[in-house]
Amino acid sequence: MGEGQIDEEWAKKMRAALAGDEAIYRQLLEEIARSVRAMARGAFARSRVGDADVEDVVQETLLAIHLKRDTWDGGLRLAPWVGAIARHKIIDALRRRGARQYAPIEDFEAVIPAPEGDDPHDLSDADRLISQLPARQQDIVRSISLQGQSIAATAARLSMSEGAVRVALHRALKSLAEAWRRMSQ
Amino acid sequence: MKTSDLIAALAVDPKPRGMALGQRFAIALAFGAIVSACAFALMVGPRHDIARAMGSMRFDWKFVDTIALAAPTGFLAWRLLRPVAKAGPWMIGLFVPAIALGGSLAMELMMTPSDLWLTKLVGSNALHCLMLIPLLSIPPLAALLFVMRAGAPASPRIAGAVAGFAAAGLAATLYASNCTDDSPLFVATWYTLATAIVVAAGAILGDRLLRW
Repeated sequence: MGEGQIDEEWAKKMRAALAGDEAIYRQLLEEIARSVRAMARGAFARSRVGDADVEDVVQETLLAIHLKRDTWDGGLRLAPWVGAIARHKIIDALRRRGARQYAPIEDFEAVIPAPEGDDPHDLSDADRLISQLPARQQDIVRSISLQGQSIAATAARLSMSEGAVRVALHRALKSLAEAWRRMSQ
Repeated sequence: MKTSDLIAALAVDPKPRGMALGQRFAIALAFGAIVSACAFALMVGPRHDIARAMGSMRFDWKFVDTIALAAPTGFLAWRLLRPVAKAGPWMIGLFVPAIALGGSLAMELMMTPSDLWLTKLVGSNALHCLMLIPLLSIPPLAALLFVMRAGAPASPRIAGAVAGFAAAGLAATLYASNCTDDSPLFVATWYTLATAIVVAAGAILGDRLLRW
């Protein structure tokens, strides 16, 4: 499959996701994660920064993609938008790690077809930052992410409405992004 | 936390809630403009001889200048919410007010004897202009920056500065109906200086508030 086709697939999936398709959204985010990981590795290597925490950048980028998803203009292509967000986050991360100069980041499209292996990531930024959230938010984020529970199951366990769980999850993710951003200042 | 765990938490909520970004932006802009207009009406209001002034070319042209500033920069601020938007090509929008102002300035210099230039430039409302335009810019600038926090501008500083241009354009449109100095020499000097103050504030605030 050529790059253009992959991009059209991505745009199609994003449209389905924005219309509410959870399974497709998950699949799309997995694919985006692989591409961003390849892109970040390349950028870290070229700036001569070790790639120990490439995965943190991948996660920060995914979070930004999720929270800023209504800044995609809904056109035929998704990759340029994903690439712009990833580039923004990678440059931030390199700056944070004191890379005095960062090699220009290659065009995102060039790294799209680069599947990567599994990520062995345990004590990450995300873990530390999540543990600073209010208890209820922590509980909701962990229950859905680490324990893989559904919104409905989480809502039942905490005797909350599903809508309230969604709102709390959204707030938690926003605070997480905010905490990440503060780290880079 | 593994990336797949994070993805699990993101994927359960694919559908964005609430109003689209463009809608929120439009509402913020309208809200800021209305608040500013009310403040203007309460504080000073239009000049008393406005009915007569409206027939004069110099008076009317002030609105061409200010609207030529507000409209393209307001649109540009909206475009810059997207991370893929490049500010560069759109900055051409800033030529619109520059041309409107430059053209009227050239006419004024040709039509007015040179010994009057300084008097017209200094005018009688310079301080008023330098205070009122930034003051009236506060509501639209605040509203714009607030809504733009939901965006993802590639350069927060530039996005903030552009919001400053748009806010100053709105404020200057209101103020122009109060100001009795209609010479393009006055407008080119003091309106521009007042706009620069607002743009600088927008850049500084944008750099802090619009980071993501």
